[in-house]
Amino acid sequence: MTQPNSATLKTYLPLLEIKDLRTYFYVKAGTVKAVDGLDLTLDSGTKLGLVGESGSGKSTMALSIMRMIRMPGTIQGQIMLNGVDLLKLSEDEMRKTRLSEIAMIPQGAMNSLNPVMRIKNQIIDGMLDHGIKGSKREMMNRVYTLLERVELSPRVANMYPHELSGGMKQRVTVAIAISLRPKILIADEPTSALDVVIQRQVMETITGLVRDLDLSMILIGHDMGLMAQSVDRLAVMYAGKLAEVGAMKDLFAEPFHPYTRLLISSLPVLGQRGVFQGIPGIPPSVINPPPGCLFRARCPNVIQGVCDKTFPNYVEVKPGHLVACHLYGGA
Amino acid sequence: MEPIVELRNVTKVFGGKIGSPNAVTALEDMTFSVEPGYPHIITIAGESGSGKTTMMMLLLGFYEPSAGQVLYNGKDIFKQKKEDMLDFRRNVQAVFQDPFAVYNPFYKVDNLLSIPIKNFGLAKNKRETRDLMEEALMRVGLRPEETLGRYPHQLSGGQRQRIAVARALVLKPKLLIADEPVSMVDASLRATLLKNLRDMNQEYSIPILYITHDLTTAYHVSDYIIVLYHGSVMEAGDVELVIRTPKHPYTQLLVNSIPWPDPNHLWGEAQEITRGRQAARHGCKFAPRCPKAFDLCTQKVPPLYLTNGGHAASCFLYEGNPVVEKADLSSLFPKR
Amino acid sequence: MRGFIDYVKRNPALGIGMSMLLFLILFTTVGRLFIDPQNAYKQTIFLNQPPSREHPFGTDAQGRDLFTMMVLGTGMTLQIGAIAGAIGLGVGIVLGFVAGYAGGFVDTIITSLIDIWMTIPSFLILILISTILVGVDLKVTEMGLIVAIVSWAGPARAIRAQVLSMRERPFVWMAKLGGMRTLEIVMKELVPNLLPFLVMSLSQSVYGGIMASLGLEALGIGARREPTMGMTLFYVNYYSAFLLGLWWWILAPVSVIVLTLTSLVLTSIGLDEIANPRRRRKV
Repeated sequence: MTQPNSATLKTYLPLLEIKDLRTYFYVKAGTVKAVDGLDLTLDSGTKLGLVGESGSGKSTMALSIMRMIRMPGTIQGQIMLNGVDLLKLSEDEMRKTRLSEIAMIPQGAMNSLNPVMRIKNQIIDGMLDHGIKGSKREMMNRVYTLLERVELSPRVANMYPHELSGGMKQRVTVAIAISLRPKILIADEPTSALDVVIQRQVMETITGLVRDLDLSMILIGHDMGLMAQSVDRLAVMYAGKLAEVGAMKDLFAEPFHPYTRLLISSLPVLGQRGVFQGIPGIPPSVINPPPGCLFRARCPNVIQGVCDKTFPNYVEVKPGHLVACHLYGGA
Repeated sequence: MEPIVELRNVTKVFGGKIGSPNAVTALEDMTFSVEPGYPHIITIAGESGSGKTTMMMLLLGFYEPSAGQVLYNGKDIFKQKKEDMLDFRRNVQAVFQDPFAVYNPFYKVDNLLSIPIKNFGLAKNKRETRDLMEEALMRVGLRPEETLGRYPHQLSGGQRQRIAVARALVLKPKLLIADEPVSMVDASLRATLLKNLRDMNQEYSIPILYITHDLTTAYHVSDYIIVLYHGSVMEAGDVELVIRTPKHPYTQLLVNSIPWPDPNHLWGEAQEITRGRQAARHGCKFAPRCPKAFDLCTQKVPPLYLTNGGHAASCFLYEGNPVVEKADLSSLFPKR
Repeated sequence: MRGFIDYVKRNPALGIGMSMLLFLILFTTVGRLFIDPQNAYKQTIFLNQPPSREHPFGTDAQGRDLFTMMVLGTGMTLQIGAIAGAIGLGVGIVLGFVAGYAGGFVDTIITSLIDIWMTIPSFLILILISTILVGVDLKVTEMGLIVAIVSWAGPARAIRAQVLSMRERPFVWMAKLGGMRTLEIVMKELVPNLLPFLVMSLSQSVYGGIMASLGLEALGIGARREPTMGMTLFYVNYYSAFLLGLWWWILAPVSVIVLTLTSLVLTSIGLDEIANPRRRRKV
């Protein structure tokens, strides 16, 4: 279900439409099905959260959209950005698409900045690469504008990464990501290494930018709390597949998939101390996965004979709210 | 009775001597003790640079204090005799943050359990050792046949961390220090691990010091909390009170930043605070960033004032309230 | 064994390097069955002969059979490298561990020693020592010992650095909390982890030792009558083999040297991959 964007007249076609995405890695031990048949849409101007644990495939998903998967990995399926299939673009066309149409804020900003380049040059680099020209003054003005947008002092432009704190470095990566006004911002655990106060500030900067610049965002992470604070829609991944997707408030209020239910009930909320409900078992391996739903080993509602045979189809239990679980049909 | 462990006016500085301009003060004049007969879970909370990790390293005897003393059973741990040292090691144990780094990749995971069993004489022979290990593993929800005999890289992070907790179960120390035990573990496993810690605390009356910057898990698992900022105590007391009604502006800042997984409990108004990580050299360390600071705050260091409700905050907003002396910090953590 | 072969396939450097080393060792050991050692020393009338049936590698300016010389000399050069490498590593291990684990004053003293020693050009030290021994006729083992004098500092420093970084790892904390004593921790926790690094260090020391010995011998300082690679090169130069176009005499020792050093470098690279798991190519 698409949500009409407030400001300007937008089409009701989703901005990003991912169809049957499969990212497999062919290794000696077998086939690692990191992403195994993912369907996802991102509407213009919305914030989508993608949550999952280790092995869920969420980070691989982000890299797949950016086509940054190396051998022995292969990407199959369709990734339609405004009707153009990114997987069919040439290497050069894809390179041009990165940063200008889709930009990524990577995990661990500490490591993604070049330690021997001043900040201003790292920002300008991306712009030059995409054909933005200008006099030195013009380029510097762009840099200052960007720094201001991410609430950094203009003095940062001349500094080196090691002179900045973790939060500041993360803001620089945000500045680089928005430097070309992309349509989609993919933030992969952008605040995982930051303290809680800085985390809030950086997240608010990012969501503020998404609002002011009319961007769309995919926030990837494992922190349900951050999701609740920052996104409109939430998609839950498990073992390379989508378990449930819907409006964020709906998912928290009424989760349908057993995994989502258990996940949410394991979270601490104010007023509920001392109640511990974990999920038994361990996340499954995605190497040569067996057929059926991979959550069955840990599922309290498992249906023998059904859940181990086929993976359920997606059922729309409420408008815009899809679940892949045999409990709701989907056979 | 002597406290199990005690920090007596401990100051720890790095990069120079106390008072030198280059020195960074990680912990300042800290007095803290864990009393026997008070088996609580106390959170030591703070951001990076707060001194919480330093406190742990001092209590474990891995750092030497720049000033003050670290005591075990009333004796300075750096002046102990050999037998006392072994007793100290046996009774003060830890679970660390990184589920991979605590294992020596050269050995099987059994090592983590068998070595202390052997060195502390907890079993008489191989059979008994094996029984102890299996029992503890099952208590934390692991199957011995799936975990023992394996190498660390063959197990998942969650399994490895559970083994580390099982180790603490086997040892049943007098004090357990847990340093961010669930931060590198998957969400679905966190509640289980925290439950293991809570059970250990309640069934065996083992006090636990829970060190973290994640106030949600702190809220979930502990009884009391101490909030540190640049090496000093800002607030301390019952965790429910401190998190629901924080009295110190710094705690308020922290609590307001907690991302609660509840769409009905969103981050409120954007906070007006000045950025900056430098602690003040005079007066209250938080004053440069504090929205409620006034003159007195930059001149003198506020002591811990008892606020209504039973928890204490070191803030001049409460000047006039009864003062909690440093040596009486533990009075804020009464028996339940 | 199967696992080993599989691993070697993934780590070609190690495989190739060790195969080359194996080949050289076989050359010098099994090769001895086919020669008469005297031919390496006996001066004959067959001066400067190119390769032929009787002399597969040719002869040198003194009529000595080059094939025999290579078979024996390879072993000698390897021996010098081995002695220098073993002593260098042994001393390096002791000093490196003590400095790294003990820290404090002891560390400062040892580090200063290492730094001073490394600042002085090693070649200079070697020449000084050799000039003291100018009249003495050196044996191969003695050559190894001399070269060992300068080969301990590098390993000591590298090992110390490794120990320093390992010392702060949580598994060492766990060992302490498990009641292990200091020496026990060093022997049981640190050394096994460092084994790949130590073996790599050994191959580097051997490499360094051979290079140093080549340098000295090429200047004529060494076991003069022994057919080591370096001494052979010395005579190549002394008898103007280049000007006379005696290519076989140059080719033989150079090939052996290139093979030896390359094998050591490859082995070192291969071991580095084991020692440094982050460099391992993921499955």
